[in-house]
Amino acid sequence: MCLGVPGKVLEVNGNVATVDFFGLKRPIFLDVVDEPVAPGDYILNHVGFAIRRIPASEAEETLALYRQLLAETDDDPMASDVRGEIAATRKTGNDGGSD
Amino acid sequence: MTADPIDREVSELKFREPEKGRALADALARTVRRAVEKTGRSPIAVMHVCGSHEQAIAKFGLRAAFPRELDVIMGPGCPVCVTDLPEVDEAVALATDGVIVATYGDMVRVPGTAMSLADARSEGARVEVVYSASHAVELARSTDKQVVFFASGFETTAVATAAVLLKGTPPNFSVLSAHKYIPPVMEIVAEMPGTRVEGFLAAGHAATITGWGIFESFVERHGIPVVVAGFEPLDILAGLLKLVELIRDSTARVENMYPRCVTREGNRRAQEQLWKVFRPTGGRWRGIAHVPNGNLRLRGEWSSVDARQRFRIDAARMWKHSPAALVERCLCVDIMAGIRSPTDCALFARECSPDSPVGACMVSTEGTCRIWSQYGGGYPDLGGSR
Amino acid sequence: MKGNGRTRDEKIALRHGAGGRAMRALIRDVLAGNLADAAIAGAVGLDAMDDGAAIPLGDRWLVITTDSHVIHPIFFRGGDIGRLAISGTVNDLAMMGATEVLALTSAVILEEGFPCADLERIHLSMREACREAGAAVVTGDTKVMGKGEIDRIVLNTTGVALTDRIVTDNALRPGDRIIVTGTIGDHGFAIMAARHGLALDGELRSDVGPVNAMVRAALATGGTGIVAMKDPTRGGLSSALHEMAEKSGVGIVLDERAIPVAPAVRSAAELLGIDPVHVANEGKAVIGVRPGAADAVLAALRAHPLGRDAAIVGRCTEDRAGSVIVDTGVGRRLLTEPEGELLPRIC
Repeated sequence: MCLGVPGKVLEVNGNVATVDFFGLKRPIFLDVVDEPVAPGDYILNHVGFAIRRIPASEAEETLALYRQLLAETDDDPMASDVRGEIAATRKTGNDGGSD
Repeated sequence: MTADPIDREVSELKFREPEKGRALADALARTVRRAVEKTGRSPIAVMHVCGSHEQAIAKFGLRAAFPRELDVIMGPGCPVCVTDLPEVDEAVALATDGVIVATYGDMVRVPGTAMSLADARSEGARVEVVYSASHAVELARSTDKQVVFFASGFETTAVATAAVLLKGTPPNFSVLSAHKYIPPVMEIVAEMPGTRVEGFLAAGHAATITGWGIFESFVERHGIPVVVAGFEPLDILAGLLKLVELIRDSTARVENMYPRCVTREGNRRAQEQLWKVFRPTGGRWRGIAHVPNGNLRLRGEWSSVDARQRFRIDAARMWKHSPAALVERCLCVDIMAGIRSPTDCALFARECSPDSPVGACMVSTEGTCRIWSQYGGGYPDLGGSR
Repeated sequence: MKGNGRTRDEKIALRHGAGGRAMRALIRDVLAGNLADAAIAGAVGLDAMDDGAAIPLGDRWLVITTDSHVIHPIFFRGGDIGRLAISGTVNDLAMMGATEVLALTSAVILEEGFPCADLERIHLSMREACREAGAAVVTGDTKVMGKGEIDRIVLNTTGVALTDRIVTDNALRPGDRIIVTGTIGDHGFAIMAARHGLALDGELRSDVGPVNAMVRAALATGGTGIVAMKDPTRGGLSSALHEMAEKSGVGIVLDERAIPVAPAVRSAAELLGIDPVHVANEGKAVIGVRPGAADAVLAALRAHPLGRDAAIVGRCTEDRAGSVIVDTGVGRRLLTEPEGELLPRIC
């Protein structure tokens, strides 16, 4: 549980934020979220309520955590191959976004 | 698609890159191998306890990417699947008595003893699908009729129900709570005799509310690791990888692999609202067990908006129409414990099928029984690179 | 059906009209089964359960199809029931390879109290869709029923067309490619947003419109290299592909990341937990192409204004005949067919 979707806050009016879900905008209630939310912040929406403000930097921190996890997973040669591959992918840059 | 800034933002927040996914899956396979060698047990069985984990595993086809020596079992995770028949019956009884029942889409087709809400609707009852608890309140404001919000979901969703009640609701609005609370059922699963489950993948969004600290005493009591994980493919693969590492090293600890949403303390404000409105109470979970403190019911102070107090709900009238309670013969709980297979169950592929499910393991899209009936076994063999 | 006894359904449920397995079973077992014995020799008839029928007429084919339209709301972003009724029938003809419409009929059943201004608006919209399709309505019928005896308006259209070659939906072979002619899910999500009052503010817009001109361009280029066509309406891309795979006796592997999806639809899909491949389209075609013709057909489609986002999304296989497998990039899954109304999820 549960279907949580991240979105970017565009506007805050009292208890309601207008949130852009990368294509659609929706009003989201701020009754439950435990930190002040401002335009430009990311939030995690669940059934119309923001349940968490996501600091933008933490997405990168999680990815760093996964990289570290991969790095310490193994000492065998295959793992470093894989790491090399990932590094190469990053360098060639998928600037085209997720596709 | 094109490289517009929106796509880039999505890729920053979401974790779906296939290359990284494959790297994590390969690392997972190697780590599972090591764990099998070191512990002498195969397969290594772990359990996820979250409906959204199961949806994400299904949606991204991750099961086909899991190593064969890792048994990822769907636990009592999806709150809809574990909603017990009498709870569905209560909603059906209200709907057929002329009350407007508003509920989340997930609940509509879940079978009760005699019928589902979808069946009730085809016989003329008014059942409205809402996307948010606040929609149910709006619906009540737009009519003079009684509107009952049949509220399902774990603590994450219960918080939204609490929030709308705390804001104030119109007099024709009430709540029929089928909300569930996860931590107590994990105790039950961990204590099942002969269980093969060696670690838990905990639900990231429920933990967003409760905080990961809530699992510390659990880990201490049972000596079994818990990893909190998110819901994107990379989140799930990384969570499993961390979990198998802990199993390999015989380390019982809580690890938070979803730090972008989950903290140790969780969302305090949400917890306050949750416990102001709800109290935990014991109840049966479909096909599983009686779970002490596993159900969330409205506190006494909220009895004026509690549908169970407002209406005389006659769910018992459905029970005499029903065939013998099949659910009593359901082996769900043993299947979840990994000590029996779906084919050991006399109901499997006979009385119990995806079109006509009995227990939670068949109701759920990722339930062990559903997977077996869909793929003819525990693993989808769908070809491809792996 | 009550409890867990497995019996044949005794009453019609919404899922019997949803385009999936239940609907095909109903047509096969009850409707077509009882009418098909009056078949015409050499024709593609009811038993084929294709988009329309084809009757040999000299060295050509007469293609005929009929469709009844009900939709709530009647007017929606991107179209209305009138545009839907014309496009639906024109597109069914086109899916049989008949892209030059000979004539259409229109029959309307109205509920007492229906606003005349709305009816006029619907008819103007039908005229516009006819113009786009190069088609004309040549005869019609009007009935009015009492208040509450019908839900506002039901619109039926029938179409006839002549063609030299028909394209069925069952001639796929292993190795063939699957093309979709544009973004998927637009129509269904636009309707869902309007129907559930989801306060989704953005570019959700139905794609409803005639595709016969675009299909004509593809056929002109692909010729006999185009072996199967279907419009992914109710049940979406998933039901269309399942039906094609079942009838052709092939498996289909879909490359999920190649499927064109508009950003607003992608966003709605995430928010509501509904897979766009299950969602209806009213201005798209799924085209099965021999491997050698795929690139040329794709180029022809992309050169047409309606086909700019066309893409090769899948490949037919010998394995797992009748199944559709989705390759997600990180894994694979068996695609299910939607049953009944698509419902937003919370988990």
